[in-house]
Amino acid sequence: MSIATMLMQLGKGMISTAEIFFLTLLFSLPLGLLVSFGRMSKNGLVRGISKFYISIMRGTPLMLQLLVVYFAPYYLFGLNLRGYRFPAIILAFSINYAAYFAEIYRGGIESMAVGQYEAAKVLGYNKFQTFFKIILPQVIKRILPSITNETITLVKDTSLAFVLAQAEMFTMAKQIAAKDTSMMPLMVAGLFYYLFNFLVAFVMERIEKSMSYYR
Amino acid sequence: MRGNMERDSNILLEINHMRKGFDGLHVLKDISLSVREGEVISIIGPSGSGKSTLLRCATMLETMDGGELSYLSEKAAWEEDGRCVYAPKNKLKEIHKHFGLVFQNFNLFPHYSVMKNIIDAPVSVDRIPKKEAIERAEKLLLQLGLSDKADAYPYQLSGGQQQRVSIARALALQPKILFFDEPTSALDPELTGEVLKVIKQLASEQMTMIIVTHEMQFARELSDRIIFMEQGLIQAEGSPEEIFASDNERVREFIGKFQS
Repeated sequence: MSIATMLMQLGKGMISTAEIFFLTLLFSLPLGLLVSFGRMSKNGLVRGISKFYISIMRGTPLMLQLLVVYFAPYYLFGLNLRGYRFPAIILAFSINYAAYFAEIYRGGIESMAVGQYEAAKVLGYNKFQTFFKIILPQVIKRILPSITNETITLVKDTSLAFVLAQAEMFTMAKQIAAKDTSMMPLMVAGLFYYLFNFLVAFVMERIEKSMSYYR
Repeated sequence: MRGNMERDSNILLEINHMRKGFDGLHVLKDISLSVREGEVISIIGPSGSGKSTLLRCATMLETMDGGELSYLSEKAAWEEDGRCVYAPKNKLKEIHKHFGLVFQNFNLFPHYSVMKNIIDAPVSVDRIPKKEAIERAEKLLLQLGLSDKADAYPYQLSGGQQQRVSIARALALQPKILFFDEPTSALDPELTGEVLKVIKQLASEQMTMIIVTHEMQFARELSDRIIFMEQGLIQAEGSPEEIFASDNERVREFIGKFQS
């Protein structure tokens, strides 16, 4: 196989990888916030459920979670869902990453000084305004380095989608490598991941800088 | 009779038999206090005497265990069957507009510029047009000597400047009463003066203020009334002359510590 064909095929896989990456972020970032609210809830039941959810998501392999999410509709309900592969991948990644993000949010929210809440209360802000105008922007600034870490891990974790035979970059690289009995495709895939993460780190750094106007 | 009624209508804050405890510790035992329009009241007393808790209960940052709290004759909290009941949420929201609070640690919003700190609550809480809020803020900044700091962020300001911004932020909502919780305790001595000057200026403009403070000389010069608290009770109350000449032993001892 020529280098050009290989790059083309890997490029296709790259698109799939990027899709998993962006969609997972899109769903897991807000979902994580919701889970962190549950984790900090005054209601013991809600708190317990959230804690259990986080512990399962963090305590079992993502690869297993992918398999469970994909095969559960069939084994539990006998459902044969067409075109469920890709949604299953996004679902599994999103609920897994939401658990990690939830704990990052919680750390940030709990580190906020109580004075910020009190000042907002005395000024008449309602709870919604207090959280979204006063607390969350400061929390985001604080947790950004941790979010960057998770995001970079996510780029590499997308390769786990190979267990569901999703044609993402790593799956493609492995197939080509097996066919050509060459390490080259895997090395090129590695380079792709590195460049992707280089870009992610660059963008995150820009975002951090854009928030450095205050302390 | 008529005089009495007139006086009643001028009462901005009334506290009756306020009680508050934390984990069985009675921080406020039985506090009654009424504040008339234009009055400046200083609350003094040793640490742990309940001064700050009184302020926090009056501003509803803490819920009291018993007693009565009303602003401009509107009841915020009262006692029913031995339990303290608060007014419904929308009523409390109205009552909240009557007062402002200046914190010891300023509690400015660090991600907002000075201007945004001052105008955000009027705009997003009171729904005042932004243009009007900015005009109001500019007036306040001028008055407090901060006109050149409108675009600065809190971290770029000295403690004294930050505290003046937080006073401007409270005033921007045009409260009837302004509470101060040890407004200069977090400041270096050389920055204390600029904040005290602002408070004096407000007093000369007939702003009704309740100030928890350790600045005895300041309390003496400024206050219409001084309240001495200890062990969750008002132990002495009177004009500065009366308090500073008090024959109450605890008051003398406390004030004596500050005059040496």
